[in-house]
Amino acid sequence: MDIIFYITAFVTLVSTLMVITRHNPVHALLYLVISLLSLSVIFFLLGAPFAAMLEIIIYAGAIMVLFIFVIMLLNLGKETEIQEKEWLRPKVWIGPAILSVILFAELFYLISSPTTSYLIEQTVDAKTVAISLFRPYLIGVELAAMLLMAGVVGAAHIGQHKKTTLHRFLQEEETR
Amino acid sequence: MKTTISMEMILLLAGLLFVLGIAGVIIRKNIIFMLLSIEVMLNASGLAFVAAGSHWGQPDGQVMFVFILAMAAAEVSVGLALILQIYHQHKSLDIDNLKEMKG
Repeated sequence: MDIIFYITAFVTLVSTLMVITRHNPVHALLYLVISLLSLSVIFFLLGAPFAAMLEIIIYAGAIMVLFIFVIMLLNLGKETEIQEKEWLRPKVWIGPAILSVILFAELFYLISSPTTSYLIEQTVDAKTVAISLFRPYLIGVELAAMLLMAGVVGAAHIGQHKKTTLHRFLQEEETR
Repeated sequence: MKTTISMEMILLLAGLLFVLGIAGVIIRKNIIFMLLSIEVMLNASGLAFVAAGSHWGQPDGQVMFVFILAMAAAEVSVGLALILQIYHQHKSLDIDNLKEMKG
């Protein structure tokens, strides 16, 4: 069973190394998704299925989509079409494909193995986490809610389009 | 079949991921890549929390992971809004071009 962990750790490290060395942001995002998936496999192996689910749904699902939206918003124009052609070459997607095939093979092996093969004896399931989250850590949940609210309001405020308003002295200089 | 991975290996993995994130923040000049590297660092700390929580069989590690997740979501939304604003004002994401503050 240890070998599964080591393979997954290898996949995580390789994909993270590729994240910080790519030139194209979308390629880096592709590798980062692979890194998050393999990290969630490690969470499963550690007996934390709730954290693994959150890792896939929120990180790989929501936050990465935010990144992709912003990257798509930033480079519009003719260069995008040329880039679009280059993005579909097999050189681009063969690396993430190989890494995700390794992860899929692990998944297949873990499902098909008859015994429930968690590496650690006790798994901390979602019910325990929820009980702990909403009893002793309730104040933390409320603080996280306030933080998310502040994040939404801040993003909406920062992201709105404003005309560049100059100071009135600078404006006078421009009109002169 | 029930063998436990040694705690040191998991913490070593978390440390390596954190170092990779720091290296990404330091060596990249593009703001988007720096934000991605910060995500990698948050992931590494979350892995350390979950590993410690499962080592002791307590749910606290995953609770901390949930908080890290909420913090990462808020940070990414504000950071991406800042990136959009910077791009609209400077037409560039290179941090060397953004030396308005002469830091």
